[in-house]
Amino acid sequence: MSDLGIDLDYIMGRYNYWLFCILMMTGLYITVSRGNLIKKIVGLNIFQTAVFMLYISMGKVIGGTAPILTEVPETIYSNPLPHVLILTAIVVGIATTAVALALVVRIRESYGTIEEDEILELEHDMDFGSGAAQGDPVA
Amino acid sequence: MMSLIEANLPALQVVLPLVAAPLCALLGRGDRSWAFACLVTFVTFAVSVALFAETYAGTIISYRMGGWEIPLGIEYRVDRLNAFVLLIISGSAALVLPYARRIVAAEIPAERQPLFYTAFLLCITGLLGITITGDAFNIFVFLEISSLATYALVASGSWVNKRALTAAYNYLIMGTVGATFFVIGVGMLYMITGTLNLADLAVRIVEHGDSSTLRMGFVFILIGIGLKLAMFPLHLWLPNAYAYAPSAVTAFLAATATKAAVYVMLRFMFTVFGFDYEFQADTLRMVVLPLAVIAMFAASIVAIFQDNLKRMLAYSSIAQIGYILLGLTFLTETGLTASIVHLFNHAVTKAALFMVAGCFVLSAGTCSISKLGGIGRDMPWTTAAFVVGGLSLIGLPLTVGFISKWYLVLAALELGWWPVALMIMASSLLAIIYVWRVIEAAYLQPAPEGVVRKEAPLSMLIPTWIFIGLSIWFGINAMLTSTAAGRAASALIDSSHILWKE
Repeated sequence: MSDLGIDLDYIMGRYNYWLFCILMMTGLYITVSRGNLIKKIVGLNIFQTAVFMLYISMGKVIGGTAPILTEVPETIYSNPLPHVLILTAIVVGIATTAVALALVVRIRESYGTIEEDEILELEHDMDFGSGAAQGDPVA
Repeated sequence: MMSLIEANLPALQVVLPLVAAPLCALLGRGDRSWAFACLVTFVTFAVSVALFAETYAGTIISYRMGGWEIPLGIEYRVDRLNAFVLLIISGSAALVLPYARRIVAAEIPAERQPLFYTAFLLCITGLLGITITGDAFNIFVFLEISSLATYALVASGSWVNKRALTAAYNYLIMGTVGATFFVIGVGMLYMITGTLNLADLAVRIVEHGDSSTLRMGFVFILIGIGLKLAMFPLHLWLPNAYAYAPSAVTAFLAATATKAAVYVMLRFMFTVFGFDYEFQADTLRMVVLPLAVIAMFAASIVAIFQDNLKRMLAYSSIAQIGYILLGLTFLTETGLTASIVHLFNHAVTKAALFMVAGCFVLSAGTCSISKLGGIGRDMPWTTAAFVVGGLSLIGLPLTVGFISKWYLVLAALELGWWPVALMIMASSLLAIIYVWRVIEAAYLQPAPEGVVRKEAPLSMLIPTWIFIGLSIWFGINAMLTSTAAGRAASALIDSSHILWKE
């Protein structure tokens, strides 16, 4: 393939990193572009999952097995540290999602919608609507 | 017993509020949870003072968490810089919590208060953890502990105004994106070096030299932490979060949350990447410097047009963060000293000002500037505190604000960057306008008809005036803070110079 100027081995040999890039950009784009509060959280989760993939990829040692002690001394192990880090990051991600969903429930109860543009409209009415107290924290 | 406590001070600093937090939730209604939280923050503050005293002479405390050997296990490393930041965080907590009782009682239903104080203690835990730890991934974990607690605290403002919910939601989205960027950056550094210990990273990064992976890591960390510290233009979460959070929370966050993030930035830039890392120096001067200057002006101008006092102060915070970042970008010892001293000075000033806003909310039921007419006559002590705090924000002599600006201008002139020095002074003029708007309303406008406003209770006035007192004391007698900041700055520079010279 060298005559085309494309190094296929380079591309295919790092496919998990390409997937990381694609997933990360997809997640970030969903978070930024969607107006639905739940979809934003979905985007955030995809974004975080991409990072998990990055860490797992860098812990991989070619020919290495899962890092569980075996009897054979010459076993090659994958690097367990990134796995452990990502376990922590997964827990953090779940906690974040839980808080975010709890907030969305409360927003739905107070505003009656989870669409960002409708919420912004309601907030605009609160600020500049008929006789509304402008910028008043005590509603 | 004493020696055991002394040997484990760095761990106690974080573990104490962490263990106290769930206990606080179990204490039930009434003032018990508040009293308990207060007690915990006082002890935490005492620990910080002990750590500060121990490191002031220049010793570096290295504490092995769980007894694991250092590059492998998590290290808690206390030097002059983070002892100083620990002091700011735990000191603000110890002053804000006594203040909080009355205003929290007014803003949050009684059955929720134990949970509120629990979240408050968790937030303190996270911020102290960020500051004390010497492990890059551990910073992320504590960053998320403090952030999750902060989202809950901001959202608890929804008992007063439902907009706190959307403010907390937006903060959550941006904060999580920021934290995840930070993790990606740390991952890049781990790819190069195979270590997460900050001191070890610093050595190994130099060994491996510059590479595109290192540059990507730097950029991800810069943007991630930039989101957390509300670097312009990544500040969009901050105004609403500060405006709609309960008043006590705003006072605490304004004093500490962004400061802890600035500390992480300092630590990464000058300990890990090193003072002489060329790509970093270029990025700071070409990207961060203009953004900091724009923040100083844009945020101040927006602040002028705010009617909600808390929102106005929030925009002013963004401008002040601009000053802190500006000091960084000079890459000189004076510049760093200015940044570090402004960490303290801005924490003290802004906490006091947000506390005044809380007093207004309690007594007048509003902090809308147009409704605060004549409040200076009804609440003389509170308003006087605002005037002094406002002067410090502007940077008048005899206040701490002057000391920070003095060092900043000095650092700019040292480099011969007189346009920057002029801009620092010009943006201070903008602060005069927004502070004057409040003073004019408070003293020169007539009070609205039929409004009864009592002076704020002593439990709120005393902490506010302690902050104000500090901002004058360290404005007149700046030796202690500026020496501490100067020493921290020179320690940062020394460590990184040794590394990159080889």
